[in-house]
Amino acid sequence: MDKLTTVEGKAYPFGMKNVDTDIIIPSHWLKTISRNGMGRGAFEVLRKEPGNVFDDPAYADSPILIAGDNFGCGSSREHAAWALGDLGIRVVIAPSFSDIFSSNAFKNGILTVVLPQEAIDRLMEVAQTDQIHVDLEQQTVTTQFQDRFSFEIDPFRKHCLLGGLDEIGLTLGDADGIGVYEAKVAQDRPWMIPAVA
Amino acid sequence: MVKLRTLYEKIWDAHVVERRPDGTCLIYIDRHLVHEVTSPQAFEGLRLAGRKVRRPDLTLAVPDHNLPTTPRRDADGHRIPIADPESAQQLAALERNAPEFGVRLIGDADVEQGIVHVVGPEQGFTLPGTTLVCGDSHTSSHGALGALAFGIGTSEVEHVLATQTLLLKQSKTMEVVVEGKLGFGVTPKDVALAICGHIGTAGGTGYVMEYRGSVFRDMSIEGRLTVANMSIEAGARSGLFAPDETTFAYLKDRPMAPKGADWDAAVAWWRTLVTDEGAQFDKTVVIDAADIVPTVTWGTSPEDVVAVTGVVPDPESFEDASKRAAAQKSLDYMGLTAGQKLADVAIEHIFIGSCTNSRIEDLRAAAALLDGRHIASGIKHAMVVPGSGLVKRQAEAEGLDRIFTDAGFEWREPGCSACLGMNPDKVPAGERCASTSNRNFMGRQGPGARTHLVSPAMAAAAAITGRLTDVRELLKKEEGIAQ
Repeated sequence: MDKLTTVEGKAYPFGMKNVDTDIIIPSHWLKTISRNGMGRGAFEVLRKEPGNVFDDPAYADSPILIAGDNFGCGSSREHAAWALGDLGIRVVIAPSFSDIFSSNAFKNGILTVVLPQEAIDRLMEVAQTDQIHVDLEQQTVTTQFQDRFSFEIDPFRKHCLLGGLDEIGLTLGDADGIGVYEAKVAQDRPWMIPAVA
Repeated sequence: MVKLRTLYEKIWDAHVVERRPDGTCLIYIDRHLVHEVTSPQAFEGLRLAGRKVRRPDLTLAVPDHNLPTTPRRDADGHRIPIADPESAQQLAALERNAPEFGVRLIGDADVEQGIVHVVGPEQGFTLPGTTLVCGDSHTSSHGALGALAFGIGTSEVEHVLATQTLLLKQSKTMEVVVEGKLGFGVTPKDVALAICGHIGTAGGTGYVMEYRGSVFRDMSIEGRLTVANMSIEAGARSGLFAPDETTFAYLKDRPMAPKGADWDAAVAWWRTLVTDEGAQFDKTVVIDAADIVPTVTWGTSPEDVVAVTGVVPDPESFEDASKRAAAQKSLDYMGLTAGQKLADVAIEHIFIGSCTNSRIEDLRAAAALLDGRHIASGIKHAMVVPGSGLVKRQAEAEGLDRIFTDAGFEWREPGCSACLGMNPDKVPAGERCASTSNRNFMGRQGPGARTHLVSPAMAAAAAITGRLTDVRELLKKEEGIAQ
């Protein structure tokens, strides 16, 4: 997982409320074999509409997405996080997120920032023309116009994102404990390993 | 004094690698089943991070969801191409990933191939007291053998592949007790449906169930697999049966089960895997066996059950406003009206298969009714999809395939098939299927498809009459019992 310390850049001024994971990535993308390339399916239906922010050259390759309430609701598909990541998004800022989406985003190195609606409105305005700066260490979202919004984050998630530590990496950090357990089982219950047919 | 523990707590305690201050535990996983739908991105994650599969010897890969159930090899033994390019791609990924990571693969042309939840027990890969996971919610099936088994997501699949562990919080415990004897014509599927109806689809959320009582003790392993399979339809990620003599007899001499002195040692440990007398469950549900009858679903949730002799319920009869709305929506989708007799509902499709009901006993039960009979003229399509190549071979040795084909059924190759229609086996929109599978969700068997969940015997009965039918009527005729 890539480290995430500060993210500075353009932001998609999306703003839509109750965006479910079917909107983020439609179900026919579930028959794929890669996490990569799913950006092509991201917001597929919305992107059929002319003038949508995702195809506006002014916002191309933005690392930040600004959205409305209850972002990522609906199906638990992890593909939604994969699609955003593949689109190059590292931070989603919204007034609230579904728990499952938040967890999936975090597992894939994407920061979800919860800010009040007034802050969202202001950032939507700034994003039309200027960049936005997210600092995870300081837990702030700032602009060059002296805007400064603080956000909360679970300390464990912050630690993982700052260090680029994924859960697998953390568990493997405990590989000694796993090895000790395996050695004990090999002694106590040697029949646990499947017989080779 | 030693703490009294439930079966679940004993298995949990035996698998704790590390206990964190907040109560979360790093739990060791003894068995990992892998199929083609939820594993490609997990293997890709390993590849990108330069990681290996920690214990390929505890991992078994079997394709099942996307495989067509039509012949897979031509007369010359060459592979017949799979029409859907996305299905073909997922299958090819598994065939590439398994050898690359040293994981044993049971391939599409191997006689052992089948639905992962049929193959695991059949091969003796599933054992009592093990922790077993798979990227599929019906992994609960393996609890029939006393394994703590549950479905996981793709990130967790990758976590298990890399570390052979999962970070978990302990679940609450629920005992589901069914005492007495099952009535004439009542099968394990009816028991499973009755439990879903009684508990509701969210009633088991956050719990691990243990099935207790004489009905479950008397049940075969095939029957227990049907019941444990549907634990997830009552919201529980896992459902356990304490291992007993029936379990040991089933597992002995299975290819991947322990042998010789190892077997004896294993059985000795398995015998300790029972809930201590006096151990407390967080919740108890009691159902009288005498109250369970041949059952069908009328709606679009597995909790929407009713006796086959009953009528479609009136949405107005539900107390909760949201339930009333949901029931009306279900009836609209299903094309049914309140008060309609279930026995008057005409059926066009019959599906006998799925990880719920595709084992040899299921096929025997259906074939027993179909012997010497034919499907009704209104049945457009009837199909049997055995759960594995070995089930298929056994059924053919018993002549069951001939009974099915003589009756007008198609006899197919093993896989998940029309349970969820990821392969070409789908029910057309607006048409009605009596299905031995586990989910009657909207669109599950195909867009607009209408599903009635039933037992294998009830599916056979519906095939014969062309409508939902009380299997006891046909059984009585067969046995010459006066009505």
